[in-house]
Parts: sequence; structure tokens; C-alpha cells
Amino acid sequence: MTTMSPVMRMAHDISAQFRHLSLGEAADVIADHMRKFWDPRMRAQLVADVEQAGIHCDSHVAAAARLLRSGGG
Amino acid sequence: MALLKEPDLGTPAKPGPATVSVEVDGHPVTVPEGTSVMRAAALSGIDIPKLCATDSLDAFGSCRLCLVEIAGRPSTPASCTTPVTDGMRVRIQTPRLEKLRQGVMELYISDHPLDCLTCSANGDCELQDMSGVVGLRQVRYGYEGENHLDLDKDTSNPYFDFDPSKCIACSRCVRACGEVQGTFALTIEGRGFESKVSAGAGELFLDSECVSCGACVQACPTATLQEKSVVDLGMPNRTVLTTCAYCGVGCSFKAELRGDELVRMVPYKDGGANEGHSCVKGRFAFGYATHPERVTTPMVRDSIDDEWREVDWDTAISHVARRFRELQDTYGQGAIGGITSSRCTNEEVYVVQKMVRAAFGNNNVDTCARVCHSPTGYGLKQTFGTSAGTQDFRSVAQADVIVVIGANPTDAHPVFASRMKRRLREGAKLIVADPRRIDLVRSAHIEASHHLQLTPGTNVAVVNAMAHVVVTEGLTDESFVADRCEDFDAWSEFIAREENSPEAIEAITGVPAAELRDAARLYATGGNAAIYYGLGVTEHSQGSTMVMGMANLAMATGNIGREGVGVNPLRGQNNVQGSCDMGSFPHELSGYRHVSDDAVREVFETLWQRPIVAEPGLRIPNMFDSALDGSFRGLFVQGEDIAQSDPNTSHVTEALRALDLLVVQDLFLNETAKFAHVFLPGTSFLEKDGTFTNAERRINRVRPVMPPKTGKHEWEVPGEIARAMGYEMSYKHPREIMAEIASVTPTFAGVSFEKLDKLGSVQWPCNDAAPEGTPTMHVDAFVRGKGKFVPTPFVATTERSSRKFPLLLTTGRILSQYNVGAQTRRTANVTWHPEDVLELHPHDAEERGIGDGDEVTLASRVGRTRLRALLSDRMPVGVVYTTFHHPDTGANVVTTENSDWATNCPEYKVTAVQVGKGVTR
Ligand code: SF4
Ligand code: SF4
Ligand code: SF4
Ligand code: FES
Repeated sequence: MTTMSPVMRMAHDISAQFRHLSLGEAADVIADHMRKFWDPRMRAQLVADVEQAGIHCDSHVAAAARLLRSGGG
Repeated sequence: MALLKEPDLGTPAKPGPATVSVEVDGHPVTVPEGTSVMRAAALSGIDIPKLCATDSLDAFGSCRLCLVEIAGRPSTPASCTTPVTDGMRVRIQTPRLEKLRQGVMELYISDHPLDCLTCSANGDCELQDMSGVVGLRQVRYGYEGENHLDLDKDTSNPYFDFDPSKCIACSRCVRACGEVQGTFALTIEGRGFESKVSAGAGELFLDSECVSCGACVQACPTATLQEKSVVDLGMPNRTVLTTCAYCGVGCSFKAELRGDELVRMVPYKDGGANEGHSCVKGRFAFGYATHPERVTTPMVRDSIDDEWREVDWDTAISHVARRFRELQDTYGQGAIGGITSSRCTNEEVYVVQKMVRAAFGNNNVDTCARVCHSPTGYGLKQTFGTSAGTQDFRSVAQADVIVVIGANPTDAHPVFASRMKRRLREGAKLIVADPRRIDLVRSAHIEASHHLQLTPGTNVAVVNAMAHVVVTEGLTDESFVADRCEDFDAWSEFIAREENSPEAIEAITGVPAAELRDAARLYATGGNAAIYYGLGVTEHSQGSTMVMGMANLAMATGNIGREGVGVNPLRGQNNVQGSCDMGSFPHELSGYRHVSDDAVREVFETLWQRPIVAEPGLRIPNMFDSALDGSFRGLFVQGEDIAQSDPNTSHVTEALRALDLLVVQDLFLNETAKFAHVFLPGTSFLEKDGTFTNAERRINRVRPVMPPKTGKHEWEVPGEIARAMGYEMSYKHPREIMAEIASVTPTFAGVSFEKLDKLGSVQWPCNDAAPEGTPTMHVDAFVRGKGKFVPTPFVATTERSSRKFPLLLTTGRILSQYNVGAQTRRTANVTWHPEDVLELHPHDAEERGIGDGDEVTLASRVGRTRLRALLSDRMPVGVVYTTFHHPDTGANVVTTENSDWATNCPEYKVTAVQVGKGVTR
């Protein structure tokens, strides 16, 4: 049913919880959550997966991934 | 110690200060108002003869053995039913009383078999004792008259016998079943000479409503109700005080042995969690510890297709250490990890996480709580500041409104359920939120005011709607919110939105709006309101959100910080709380402190002399994913059967197969061990020395009843692996491990084996501020300072019913079995649950041509399994239910990889399925 990678699926699950926030606020919260709870290899994987998905990626997930990348994962 | 006989003061204690002074045979004593003469006498050191009275039950006054004389009264009243009055003068030993008591005893004995010397209760029979105490010397009535001596024994229960020929109709069993257990399975049939105890309408015990808790056996003063083990092995002669290793209630027990053989487990009256009660598992189902299938020797093999080779401990440990190091050398420091078990002691868990963090040098440690209560950790930490239930169990006796959400305490937390039922019988109101009509909704003398029978997966919508009613109908506790909380305005603006109203969510949740409104009003205005919840809250895609939603609701109504209220997780396994407290999560060190906190890390680094990684490690599901992508290669699993207990079995087994080294430490060759390369034998709770922490944060001692059958304590093993890997880590006794835990964990700072041995138990936080522990949390301030309101928008799970999978499956457990059943399946508890069944509504069954007892196929998008159908109108139409106690059924073959967004706790409670008659492919 789902062909997303595990980290992509989890990132979508997280971002679905923060639709009530603006994109910028949501990205902060999501990236912060991932820094607190995700092993660095999962964050690196997400950044790679988002890059590969390009414009097809969910905007919240992509924004959070950008923060992870710029903040050094 | 020698056999511990706890004092029996005859009638229950009365609350309040000691204000009433009386004199018993010249001895002065002062007691609380309402205390019986019998209890007052016992407190003054004088035991009044008794048969029908015991201090776990309300006085009944039927045997007339406890008669006394009271100055100024001509009669001889029963001391058990007579309350003291100030200045009362009581006489216990007078010739008149002696004669009366001898007369009573003579009647009892004349209808009782005189086989004392060969009776199983010889030495532990109150009838025998009392005959001596009252000085009975002759029995004038023979057996010629009518008597009960020929009545048949009922041996149907696998654990105890009922021999009515020995019954003295004191009714203690009947009252224990009602008052203590709350099941009301027993009655006294008939009157006078005809009266006899009966389970149901003349049924056998096994066929009756009896849940085999054993309270009646414990209460019976004679050998009428007697453990089979006592009949077989004889009366025990020594006691070891310990703690049950099954559920999160954490009952205290007297393990009673005859020599080195465990004869029976008797719940301990001084046990803080259980106060003398227990369930069938803790009292009776301990036989697994000596089951022939237990493996007690280490074993290794190169490939999972090879046969196991038995080896000695040193060989096994050096093999494990060498292979782990090789994997790290080849694939990196983060390529290995460990999983701790909630069935192990705090000390055993602590050393595993220390082995991972200090010897492995990473944070890849997780615990089986990942799959049950990790959302509790997240949700309560965000809102209150720490991951812990707010109350002790005793608190429920002060609750006026009890809300049970996604929990089935009568099956999963039976002893707490008995306490709760007692309070409900006293008049507290009950709200149940559950898709299934659990027993609590309607049972003997209990009826829920509201059963919110919601569609699985809609918890958050329901709790939001309750909060919506509170906020929009002006039911908020404004002063509590203003004084104690923060972020209320943003939250209340969110929750007051129309989309959160009961009317707006009715179509999604299936809960009638009017009913939900009434329930919310009752919660907010009915007095002390307490929430108790279980895995029906946490095991959802929004498990953490739901925990925060309940916390919001409790704060908004001021139901936090005193007795009778609170938000309380009912923990599944005995040491879920403890294993989480001990730093088993990959992002937290002991006491729930994040690994990124430099000051916290420094404490550990100084003591351990190793750097701690400041980044979180892998959680269990991430370990599986990383095993499949090749970055995770070796795993140590302590006492957990992840291949059976974790969701989406085929995904899990694929991941386990991908590992280069899987080390399993367990009692039995479980499902996970099928994929292991090293098997290290574990110890049962009867061999352990340490502590468990129950759902009310109570730290209890577990004391060994026998030496480890494996030749090694389980707490020694991680230290030996660590040492073989080059990291020095050793302890001489588990007490040293607890001392280390206390030295690095502020909430445990005051805990030591010595203190536990002295006080019995303590509830953390236990430190200088609270040297004897903390029964109620967040009393004057929250752990995080202010309680934080967090908006909790409802987001529907992606797991939806469809044309192909039109039903929703939810899972749970039953009373007699425990978790994956590794222990209980190896006891006579299988009498009650020989297989997992699929409960479904008769309508759903009929549509599919399924009859009761038919074999059916249960299929989801990830797998299929076979089960027997049980038609039941407990289920709403469209929802089916099963348990996961048996590996043959493997209910988790069908559960999916969906999980809680915040913690990855699996969404066990919602799986779209189809059910078909027969076995289909
Ligand atoms: S074992 Fe428990 S449930 Fe069964 S009859 Fe005795 S008290 Fe009642
Ligand atoms: S079975 Fe035991 S407890 Fe019950 S009435 Fe008979 S003697 Fe009393
Ligand atoms: S299983 Fe739970 S309720 Fe039953 S005796 Fe053990 S701790 Fe108590
Ligand atoms: S003990 Fe008081 S009447 Fe039986």
C-alpha cells in the first residue's frame, strides 16, 4: 500500500500533526522533534529522501528537512 | 524467615484519629471511632476467639464465638459487630463466656470430620485453633444425626479444591468474593442447617463466574477451600516476601515454601499495591519457573539453520563480546544495540542500558515499553513534566467520577480493578470509553453512567470534544488553570472551535453528542474525577496526542494534584514503569533526562569514565528498519519476544534474519530465539534479587526464593559482556546497582535496598525532599513547574476500513493469560484460554455465514492468520477483537507498521481487516 521509506512515512505522520501551524512554525517543531528523537542516520536518510523526492515532497516535510540539513542534521 | 503469620485483628481498620478509649480485661486502649470491640481488644494485645470475622472483611456476626461482656449491659454481644464507645469496659474471659464459647464450638465440631491429623490444613486451621483456645474437651453430639460429612468434593478448579464436608458456613468466602474481589460468584444457599456454600446456581467452581483469584481460599478458616499445592506438598514452613512478576499492579506476596519447594503464593496484607489481594496469575500461575521447557544452559550456533550447541557461560560471553566488537569494527559504532525488558528488575535493566551506552558506546537501547507505554512517556512529559501516573492506587477510594479509557482493568489489572469496583459499589460514577463493552460497563452491582462506544482510532476526537464541552459550557476550573498552568488561552481557543464539538465529531466517532456532553459534564462537575487508561489510549497513531488530550482535560477541570483525581496509566507488564525510569529509551538517561543535556551526561561520564553520545539512538522499529537497510547488524534482547509481540510479524522476522548476531536472553526458546545465534538463559522472578516499580511508581523488592537455575544472576551477564568488550563494569550485589542508580538519578536519590527492606516499598520521587516517597504527584506545582496545555488536533489514522478490508481489528488481553503467554501458557491457566479467539458481532458474523466456534481467516493488508470465531454483542458492528497470547495464531501477523507519530508505538488497536469463514488463502 505504502511505498514510502520508513523515515519518509514517519516524517509524514509527524507533519500531519502540525497542519494547524504555519509552515515555518511547523517546520521548526518537526525538525526539533526529529533532533530529539531520531538517530542521526535516520535524519540523514530523510534529508536524502527529500532531496530525491524533489518537488513531489510534502511541503512540511521538505521544510523540516531543510532545517535539519542547515542545522547539521 | 520462618513462616510469616500476619496478625488478624478481626475487623477492618477505621479511618481517623484514635479518640475512643476503652478497657479490655483491664488493659486500656484508644482507637478511632467506629472500631469494633474485637479490633480494639486485638490492638490492646488480647485476641478474642473468632471464626466468621477476619480483618479483610466487614464484620458479619454469624458464628457467635466472639461474645463478650460489657459493663452495664446484661447481654453478651458479638465483639466483631459491636463498635466501641468511650469509657466502655469489656470483659473477655469469664466463666459464663467460656461456657458459651465451648457450646458454640461443640456444635461446629459435631458436624466436622475429625481427621485433623491427616487434614491438609493441619496447623493452619482456625477451627482447630479455636477448639484449643476455647478449651473444648468433649463433643456430646455424635455423627449419628444429620450431618454434612458425605458431601462431594469439587476439584474442578485447577488450583484449589472445595470440600464442603469441612465447611462451617461462616460465609467468609462469600464475602471475600464480593467485598474483596467484587465478583460475587459465591452464595450461601439455604438456611440454618441446610445452608451451604455454592458457586453460582449449584455449579462447579470452574463453570461458575469464579475468576480464580483465590480470595475465598485465603479467607476460608478451614480446609474447605484449599490450594491443591498444599494438599500435594504439605503445609509450608517458611516465607520469602516478594513481588508478582506479571502485571503493572505489582502485588506483594508471601512466597511460602516447604524447605526449598515453593508451595503457595499468598498476597501480603502489608503490600502497598494490593493490601492482601491478588489475581489468578500472581497467586497461582508460577509453575512456569520450573517448567521442563526452561533452558538453563547457554547455547550458540553459527547460523540460524544450525542446531544449537550447549556451551559454558565463559564461552558464550566471550563469543558475544567478540562478535559484537567485530560488527562495530566493520560497520561502525552504531551497528549494534540492545533491548531491555519490562519483566526484568530495575537493576537488570539498568546494567543492560549501561552496557549499551558505556561498552557499546552508543544510545541504541530501547525497551519493550516502546510497544506499549512510550506515548505515556512523551505525553505526560510534555504536559506535566515527567512520565508517571499521578496517583497511588489507594487514591481511587477518594474518586467520585472514574473514567476508564482504553483499558480493561478487570482482565488486565485485576487487583486494581477490585479496588475500583469497591469504590464504584460505594457510589462513585463510572464513564467507560472503549469500542468494546468491557466487563466493567455492566457487572455485579456496577453499571457505567456512560459507555462511550467509540470507533477505534477516534480517541483524540472524543477527548477533545469532552474538553470542548468543559471550555464552552463554563466548566473550567479557572483558579487552578490561572495558578498552576500555562498556554491555556491558545489551547482553549483551539478546543472551543466548532470542529471539536461533540456534534461535529459524532459522525466520525460514533458517540452520540448528547451522551458525550453528559459524560463531560459529569467529569467536570461530579467531584473528584480520575482518569485511568491503558493501551487502548497509547497504541494508536495519535497515542501521544491522546495522552496530552487527557492531561489537558484534567488540568482544565483542576483534577490533578490531590487524592482521588489524576491521570493514570495502567501499565501492562510488571516493570514497565521501572524499565522506562532506568534510562532504557534511546533519547533518555535514567530519570527521563535527555541525552543532549550536557550536565546530565557529565554525571554519567564522570562515574562511568566513558563519553556518552549526545544524540538519540535507534528505537525498536528503527532498529528493524536499519537492520533491513544494513546499517544495524547486532542486537542483544533481554527477556522479550519481539517476534511475537511486535507488529507486522513478517517485517520483524525479516529484520531479525538480516542481523549478523542476535543474542536472546530468556527463560524459554521463544519465537525470537528462532532467529538467534546466541541464547543466554534468563532467570525467573523466583530467582531474582532486586526491585520492580509498579504503575503507581512504587518500588517493591523482589527477593529470591531459589538460587538461579542457570548458575548465574541475570544482572551479572551484561557486566561480563561489557568486561569482555574491554569496559570494566562489575557489581558484587544488586544492592550496589541500586546505589549507583540512586547516585545518578535525582528521583531515586533516597532509594536503597535497606530503606525498602525497612519500609516495604516507596514511591518515587524519593529523595531528601520526600524521604519516604511521593504517593501523589504535582501537589503544589507540576514537575515541569506549570502544567502545559498542548493543542491536540485530531488527525485520523491512515489505516481505514475499505471494500477489501471492511472491518477494524482491535487487540487486547484476558485475565488468565499474560502478554505473549510465554509464562501463563506453561501453567494450568490454559484451562481458561486454550487458544486466541476472534470476537465479532453476530451481525458481521451472519453477513459472512460465520457461526460461533467456526474457524475463520483473519486478513489484513500485511498478512493473514486463522482463529476460531466467538460471536459477541460486546463488539460494535464493524469491529472485531482478539488477543495475542498464543504464537500459533500470531495475531501480529496482521497488525501493520503504522505507529504513534511521536514515539513509534505501534498502532495495535486499529487494523483494517476482512474475516472469512474457513481457511482461505
Ligand atoms: S476464587 Fe475469587 S472469584 Fe472465585 S469464588 Fe473465590 S473469591 Fe470468588
Ligand atoms: S468454605 Fe470456608 S469460608 Fe466458606 S463458608 Fe465454608 S468454611 Fe467458611
Ligand atoms: S498479575 Fe497483577 S494483579 Fe495479578 S497478582 Fe500479579 S501484580 Fe497482582
Ligand atoms: S467472629 Fe464475631 S460472630 Fe463470628
